[in-house]
Amino acid sequence: MQKLKEKFKNISDTNLLLLITIVVFFLMYIGAVVFQGKGFLKPQTFFNILNANAALILLACGLSLVMITGSIDISVGGVTALVSMCCAVYLDYQGGNVFVSMLIALGIGLAFGLVQGILIAYLDIQPFIVTLAGMFFARGMTTIVHTNPFNVENPNFVALKETRVNVPGMGSVNKLGVYVPAYVELGVLVALLIVLALFFILRYTKLGRNFYAVGGNNQSALMLGINVKRTKFFAHLLCGVLAGIGGYVYFLHVGSGAPSHAQGAEMNAIASSIIGGTMLTGGVGNIIGTFFGVLSLSTIQNIVSSAGLDQAWWTGITIAAMLCLFLVIQSVVMARKKKQVKK
Amino acid sequence: MSKIFRNQLFIPIAALLLLAVFNLIADPSFFKITLGYNSAGDPVLSGYLMTILDYGSELAILAIGMTLVTAASGGQDISVGAAIAISGSVVLRVLCGRDHHAETMQAPIIVAFLISCVVAMIFGAFNGALVAFFKIQPMVATLILFTAGRSIAAWINNNELPIVNEISFSYFGGFIPGIPVPTPFFIALACVIVIFLALKFTNLGLYTQSVGINESSSRLNGLNPEFIKFLAFIILGLCVAVAALIKVSRLSTINYSVIAKDIEMDAILAVALGGNALSGGKFNMGASILGAYVIQFLTTTLYKFNVPADALPAYKAVVVILLVVFSAPTVREFFSGLWKKMTKKGVEANAKA
Amino acid sequence: MKENAILEMKAIDKVFPGVLALQGVDFTLCEGEIHALMGENGAGKSTLIKVLTGVYAKDNGQIYLKGYDKPVIIRSPQDAQKMGISTVYQEITLCPNLSVAENMYIGRGKGSGVNWKKMNEDATKILQSLDIPAKADQQLSSCSIAVQQMVAIARAVDMDCKVLILDEPTSSLDEQEVEKLFKLMRDLKARGVGIIFVTHFLDQVYEVCDKITVLRDGKLVGEYEIKDLPRVQLVSKMLGKELDDLSDISGESKKYEAQPGLAPVFEAKQLVSDAGIKPFDFYIQKGEVNGFTGLLGSGRSECVRAIFGADRVLGGNVQKDGKAVKITKPIDAMRNGIGYLPEDRKVDGIVGDLSVRENIILALQVLKGFFRPFSKAEANKFADEYIKLLDIKTASADTPIKSLSGGNQQKVILARWLLTHPDYLILDEPTRGIDVGTKVDIQKLVLKLASEGMSITFISSETDEMLRTCSRMIVMRDRAVVGELTGEELTQSKIMNTIAGGEAKK
Repeated sequence: MQKLKEKFKNISDTNLLLLITIVVFFLMYIGAVVFQGKGFLKPQTFFNILNANAALILLACGLSLVMITGSIDISVGGVTALVSMCCAVYLDYQGGNVFVSMLIALGIGLAFGLVQGILIAYLDIQPFIVTLAGMFFARGMTTIVHTNPFNVENPNFVALKETRVNVPGMGSVNKLGVYVPAYVELGVLVALLIVLALFFILRYTKLGRNFYAVGGNNQSALMLGINVKRTKFFAHLLCGVLAGIGGYVYFLHVGSGAPSHAQGAEMNAIASSIIGGTMLTGGVGNIIGTFFGVLSLSTIQNIVSSAGLDQAWWTGITIAAMLCLFLVIQSVVMARKKKQVKK
Repeated sequence: MSKIFRNQLFIPIAALLLLAVFNLIADPSFFKITLGYNSAGDPVLSGYLMTILDYGSELAILAIGMTLVTAASGGQDISVGAAIAISGSVVLRVLCGRDHHAETMQAPIIVAFLISCVVAMIFGAFNGALVAFFKIQPMVATLILFTAGRSIAAWINNNELPIVNEISFSYFGGFIPGIPVPTPFFIALACVIVIFLALKFTNLGLYTQSVGINESSSRLNGLNPEFIKFLAFIILGLCVAVAALIKVSRLSTINYSVIAKDIEMDAILAVALGGNALSGGKFNMGASILGAYVIQFLTTTLYKFNVPADALPAYKAVVVILLVVFSAPTVREFFSGLWKKMTKKGVEANAKA
Repeated sequence: MKENAILEMKAIDKVFPGVLALQGVDFTLCEGEIHALMGENGAGKSTLIKVLTGVYAKDNGQIYLKGYDKPVIIRSPQDAQKMGISTVYQEITLCPNLSVAENMYIGRGKGSGVNWKKMNEDATKILQSLDIPAKADQQLSSCSIAVQQMVAIARAVDMDCKVLILDEPTSSLDEQEVEKLFKLMRDLKARGVGIIFVTHFLDQVYEVCDKITVLRDGKLVGEYEIKDLPRVQLVSKMLGKELDDLSDISGESKKYEAQPGLAPVFEAKQLVSDAGIKPFDFYIQKGEVNGFTGLLGSGRSECVRAIFGADRVLGGNVQKDGKAVKITKPIDAMRNGIGYLPEDRKVDGIVGDLSVRENIILALQVLKGFFRPFSKAEANKFADEYIKLLDIKTASADTPIKSLSGGNQQKVILARWLLTHPDYLILDEPTRGIDVGTKVDIQKLVLKLASEGMSITFISSETDEMLRTCSRMIVMRDRAVVGELTGEELTQSKIMNTIAGGEAKK
């Protein structure tokens, strides 16, 4: 027990919150299996959660990066909508090719990251205001590009969208007694690759560690010889690019363009990131945690809807309740830890 | 010159002038005010300026609370739109009772309003408690209500849309018979007077600023920083209830997902446009209120040029970014340096001549 | 450049809006020397160092470094690090959320990857060689402040710097830790590193330094060999005046005799707070000046914080003027006529963006109540009165307090509490980090107030200051009261012995 206490005292803030997140996710999933029936035991149920939330994972990753640096970006939902709309219009009305549409998505994300990054890092404008304007701008532009929602029928794109990757060794037998292998969409692979890449960047590169340093105390970071402005700039640039990629993954999943796409996605992304153990004060957070944060968030959404509470408001209320719970847990755990160190 | 630049009212006034001049050049009819009669035969003033006065007022009311919250907590409440939906929903619930199309009101308006005030203050207190006692950053704490608020609002009326048929209910968001100026303006005026009296005859200003600047030393001077932050959120709750009354009165009903949409952004922008640091501390209430009307001026100008409602944010964003960029300390320093150089050169040139 | 000089700064100018922070300052540092940079607050020490480390850009002048034939331009702390100039600042400039090893290695070195294993091994080696009690993979925020400071020094040491700047590194270290640091400085000196040492502690200067450069009002006063400059002269050079002011205070008698039959102004029995101090007894009589003394971290501040209700009080009985009262938060103490000038002026004292006037009236205003604000005229009257009384140097009462110098900020905080006319005033390190002139002013004021009947508890790291002002001293060790000295017992050596406790008796 004494040893455990010692361990608790020495565990870093980041790892402590990560631990809580993972434990909560597994408890919740087990709870879902117990109370909502065997549906949650089917591999495909789990993979469907991934399929539906690949884009959210990417957006939440981007947010984790900026939140670790002590900043915020609320434009990611807007960027997602703008990317979907631009790509949709390009593919269907301009008869464009799929590869170029990807470049467009990347370009939009890059542009947002670049401009917001410069304004926040180099002109020292409050990130909340800058990205708020970014969100307004993206949402507005989406309507200006095209007003009405529509489905993309470009055959190459549809083929890409329909591409399913079977997960080896996983699957289930359906009602007709046929074995159906579990599958994921392409977007999930992209998301997983990026999660791994970001995990690596945050842990094993100087840039990644600089994110933490700047978020921990930017004055100190400056004195330690870190280029604070450039670090902040990169965080926002990366977040923008991730929003671009996330936007395309979203587009690939829904296959349409609409001004109302990804409504509130920024809030879901922030919520996932916080549930995943990122602190908005900066300096604490983990990409793996963010990944589990998204899973937790969407699992609870699934539980709510499979419990028959499918009225839209229940989702909002449960997410909020969960966010509330996690924020309080974070604040209490941190306060207790601080006290222990003091003594 | 540099003194003018540094004055807090510089930004909102400059923005206002800029907008006014723009409209004057583009289409002077923008400033036309006509006296007409509404369907009930009462005199009403109409025109773009009246629209600004009308819709800017609800924003100004919110800006009052938002300024206090910003000053005390160093963060913003992003749940005001959702909170308006909730308290609006409460007003309708009380007025209509169980019957959603009741011919007569089930309770006096004042009772409905007071109950909605209490509810809004409770939700304000919820936000305030998270911020003050659990030390959660305001933006994140209010994210909770932001996410859940509209759902709660729908839940209060079981997702139905009650309609108030009583004519007097529409006065709050429209016109009182015989008075041609929109009522929201008078309501805002009353709020502004109340807040200025409060700032003058209590220590609300000193305490919130002191807590916002240095919480620790405020505590050692006998203040209770937690309570003051808490109080700021409750005051904002009250402002929300007032704005909600105007909002539902305009329609006599409610649309849960659309009512007061994005208004939190406008309210925050009003505070920022007033030159108040969004990181808290010192504030200038007058500048915030002026900022609110400037934001509405901008919105109305854009509407006038047939910008569709959904595209409006894009234009607003550009204007906001320009404003914020030009008021950023680094940019300002650059320009005041440039100004100095220019005047210096001018003086030197004159001296040589 | 001089022959064995590694750094020469010539005719450095630095202008801030409205202030000439540095005017034509020269500074030379030689290999293997410890060079003290001395001056009052506002003399330009910090500015000079920030120019040298690239935090500020100089407006004029040249900086020469050994190994560069042309004057160097230092644009950022990074540049400075690359050129071999490392700094350890007074405030901890490390990141609390990172590990100890990361704090030692972040922001430097080539490549873009992080090799955790090697980094932790290297860090452990250095920590061990310097005898620093921290683990490489420990999160920095879980270390004590003193250890954090030492990690900062370890970082600088490891950077193989040619010029090491120590900006008041000792202000948060206790005696043993200071000794360790000095040993380290001497080691480095032997290796040929040039050390610039900035401190307010004269003893320390004479213990380790070879040379002294004195600045005053942004100008160079001179560079001296340590042996050529006795203490008194150093102080007079820093002040720019002769030392009569300092001597007249020490002559004053401070014998205090309690009036019989009068209950103590304040009395606490078995008082204990959540800050980790042991329960203690305490009292103070009318017109008495007493003090808490002990090493840093011995619990002196925590005791007075408990008295004022600044920390959470867990138990104990408190009497004010013989009547039992309850003090659980600062406002309770204030209502009972107690004032408290906190140890950390920046964090606990000033309200930076508010004006001098608002800072002065704040406490009294809070006492008066939420619904009864002072009128502008009243506030101005109070502010003007105390600005004059305490000789606060400020452009106007409307100036934000953060733009004042440290000493003047402290006077404003003092004014704030004097304005509440307390019966009992607690001054926790009122003289820390402020210039010598103001220090003397404050000590004089303390004695004057006491003679007028105010009870004062005075805490200072500088024992001689306390000896001059206090008639009774409570000695603390390891967060507990271990003794009380009065009258004849009040000597430097007796205090030291009591602080040291058992060891001294051997």
